[in-house]
Amino acid sequence: MPSLGADMTAGRLVQWLKAPGDRVARGDLIAEVDTDKGAIEIEVFTDGVLVKTLVEPGQKVPVGTPLALIQPGEAGAAPGAATPVAAAPPPPAELSPMRRAIAAAMAKSKREIPHYYLSTTIDLTPALEWLAARNRDRPPAARLLPAALQLKAVALALREFPDLNAWWVDDRPVPQAGIHVGVAVSLRAGGLIVPAIHDADRCGLDDLMRSLDDLVRRARGGALRSSELADGTITVTSLGDRGVDAVWGIIYPPQVAIVGFGRIVARPLVVNRQVVARSAVTASLSGDHRASDGHRGGLFLARVEQLLQEPDRL
Amino acid sequence: MKTTYREAVRAGLRQALQTDPGVFLMGEDVGRYGGAYAASRGLLEEFGPDRVRDTPLSESAFVGAGIGAALGGMRPIVEVMTVNFSLLALDQIVNNAATLRHMSGGQLSVPLVIRMATGAGRQLAAQHSHSLECWYAHIPGIRVLAPATLEDARGMLLAALRMSDPVVIFEHASLYPVEGELADAAGPVDLDHAVVRRPGADVTIVTYGGSLAKSLAAAEELARDGIGAEVLDLRTLRPLDLDGIMASVRKTRRAVIVDEAWRTGSLAGEIAACIMERAFGDLEAPVARVCSAEVPIPYARQLEEAALPQTPAIVSAVRAVVGRR
Amino acid sequence: MTTAAAPGPALEREPALARLGTMLRIRRFEEKAAELYAAGKIRGFLHLYIGEEAVAAGVMPALTPEDNVVATYREHGQALARGVPAGAIMAEMFGRANGCSRGRGGSMHLFDVSRRFFGGYAIVGGGLPIAVGLALADRLRARPAITACFFGDGAVAEGEFHESLNLAALWRLPVLFLCENNLYAMGTALSRHQSQTDIARKAQAYDVASAAVDGMDVLAVEAAARRAAEAVRRDGRPYLLELRTYRFRAHSMYDPDLYRTKDEIAVWKQRDPIRLLRARLEAEGLLSAETLGQLEAEAEAEVAGAVAEAEAGPLEPVTDLLRDVCASAGT
Repeated sequence: MPSLGADMTAGRLVQWLKAPGDRVARGDLIAEVDTDKGAIEIEVFTDGVLVKTLVEPGQKVPVGTPLALIQPGEAGAAPGAATPVAAAPPPPAELSPMRRAIAAAMAKSKREIPHYYLSTTIDLTPALEWLAARNRDRPPAARLLPAALQLKAVALALREFPDLNAWWVDDRPVPQAGIHVGVAVSLRAGGLIVPAIHDADRCGLDDLMRSLDDLVRRARGGALRSSELADGTITVTSLGDRGVDAVWGIIYPPQVAIVGFGRIVARPLVVNRQVVARSAVTASLSGDHRASDGHRGGLFLARVEQLLQEPDRL
Repeated sequence: MKTTYREAVRAGLRQALQTDPGVFLMGEDVGRYGGAYAASRGLLEEFGPDRVRDTPLSESAFVGAGIGAALGGMRPIVEVMTVNFSLLALDQIVNNAATLRHMSGGQLSVPLVIRMATGAGRQLAAQHSHSLECWYAHIPGIRVLAPATLEDARGMLLAALRMSDPVVIFEHASLYPVEGELADAAGPVDLDHAVVRRPGADVTIVTYGGSLAKSLAAAEELARDGIGAEVLDLRTLRPLDLDGIMASVRKTRRAVIVDEAWRTGSLAGEIAACIMERAFGDLEAPVARVCSAEVPIPYARQLEEAALPQTPAIVSAVRAVVGRR
Repeated sequence: MTTAAAPGPALEREPALARLGTMLRIRRFEEKAAELYAAGKIRGFLHLYIGEEAVAAGVMPALTPEDNVVATYREHGQALARGVPAGAIMAEMFGRANGCSRGRGGSMHLFDVSRRFFGGYAIVGGGLPIAVGLALADRLRARPAITACFFGDGAVAEGEFHESLNLAALWRLPVLFLCENNLYAMGTALSRHQSQTDIARKAQAYDVASAAVDGMDVLAVEAAARRAAEAVRRDGRPYLLELRTYRFRAHSMYDPDLYRTKDEIAVWKQRDPIRLLRARLEAEGLLSAETLGQLEAEAEAEVAGAVAEAEAGPLEPVTDLLRDVCASAGT
């Protein structure tokens, strides 16, 4: 739901002007939305195919709510696939207490953890080229997404930074034995859940991709195991999300760090003294300043960046 | 040199036009007519029509043109005949002059001086009797001055012409014929400080502009009763010299503010709030205000007199504050 | 007053391609601005120039770097055509400190003194007296420059339009008044807010020379603007040029456009200034697909760079809140 005005907080979807399966071009009108001022037609800003609508006519949703999924269609457009979830998530009513718990944890985190924030822009062009080559002969269901590379790079980097793979317990950091990367999954009903992939540093990329798909599906279906929710040692958020360029996460206690990846987008970067268009992503680290400092955080992010330049070693 | 407030204003204008070729004066009837209050008489003849410009009755356009000319490197003095007509130019002053420095991120400055006659007391009725200094003093981005003495009438204009910010100068219409002494070489004056015009130990009378004379008269009368009223001339209404006000109030421990504007939303209210914020512990009585009655200023003489702050009312207010009726 | 729309000038390839390029840059920039506003990156009000590009693209070449430009809140096109860097404009709309107004102004208040671009005014008609003043300063300082003042048909209703034309004519000031008549003052059609809808004709009442031109034909706009600017420079007197144009989008982003019909918009879109010039160039064999592709790519790259610059821009610390209110301490 776009923000159309300084005082617009929500909009009611009146009707869809396109149907799933339709091709859309940048500038096409895709839906009619009712606002306080009257019905406004809204446009899409990308070429592609409308995969799925997420909001029904008659529904009123806050500004910022995803309305539809679009598979970007043209070669040469910003690389990035549809979000990892293909299935429409049912709204699990029984998650509401869980959501409340997460809200309480987030508020506590912001109150008690002194966050510091770092970011870096990572050139993903070689990684994406490697992925494209690898995916070329695969059916869609078996394709690897950039998200898998990002998760693996974070997990491997943590081997060298155990202070970022710790739990804060009884006023001290306790480095954890395994590297269990939590994946932030957004829920249809609103809310976030963070199940972890166990021993992510030891998973092959294909395994990681399968685990990711499986976790996300089960998360949205409300079928997670408690160990998946309790064991995470670090969290990675906003994978493949096309909505934002950078994400500044809130640390999930008792973890001591959270890594964010924004969307992958064409940027002008300097390569061999020339300004060229490269595919880049903004990676961020929010760190618990009790457990680590910006120097360590910066080295960690630099290692993640390095790892992403050599995808065949992930 | 014995002279009048009006002539002091003229002397300031003349000196400004002589010393800085970037200065020019524009406004209604400032040229051929010699100025509605005769403040610019003779200047057109001396400096010519490029530097002393009669404007059509277009307050918005010529105040805005003053802003544009200031942006373009000149130092215009725009005379709006009275504050009553300035309402037509309020948009240019509030939305342009006051904001351009800030809205442009510091790229622009508007070195513009606007002079306006203000005040009541001559039976000119509701549309010609406003005291809206507080409206202008409300706006960040402009400076507001109220010269109440001959020295300030001349010197504040000269000092304002050295500022890079827009300055609005209020000349109370009753002051123009007031006679006094002014040094021949009187130049620019300080713009940042209030001045004690009459020292006293028992109460501070805070005032400005056309109310200064009545406040001094009240102090004279009170002195005969052994009440020492210190009369503080604010001189600058934005920014207020809060340090100066508090220094006096901490000494006397009582304050009466005399302000010709209507009481509601007045500058007197602002000053009272500041005194409460900064010197509450030093006060022996609540701050009192003597302002105009909440009525459009009437024409009939006795009604107008009753509407405006007068010396007896100031005396009464002081007596009440010092606890002696 | 001259009558409307002299015949189009002969087509010269390089300048025409330059105008096309400018219009494309403005169009792509505005489309991206719309997208970013919908995404919540740009806030406040956003007034798009889509459809009106020919006016800014055609007028700016008639001005020199010494001339002054005053515009309205719908001024992205003028700013870009004047040379204000796209990154500075985008960063300004993102509210970042690397914006052309340090993030203090936003979309409606773009300023760039180095390019004599004096804003960016949100009060309709508010810029006209300022333009008169800039021209007055130039006259008093014997600076040979003119002041171009853009405003819409809505401003013609404000007293300041009349006061400013009168004053500029009376004092013989070099102001080029440019009325972008897009037929609507926000949601009120020209015929519903003006008793006399021939805007150029109103100049007669102030003894000001005037003309009207088809605002969708960039080459006609340029020719008319050059003639008008030349007249102002030569005679030192004001001139009113009415540019008959149309905006394809609503007044601002939050406008359901209830006051005009889709049919009317569709008819005007046939005269999309970019489409018109393209067709003309292609018909004369002066525009290949390759050249067009290059112009498009340049425009897209400029916009992408502008967004990156805006994204990377810092936020002014709140501790600096009170700076630039007055020059001297104490406000």
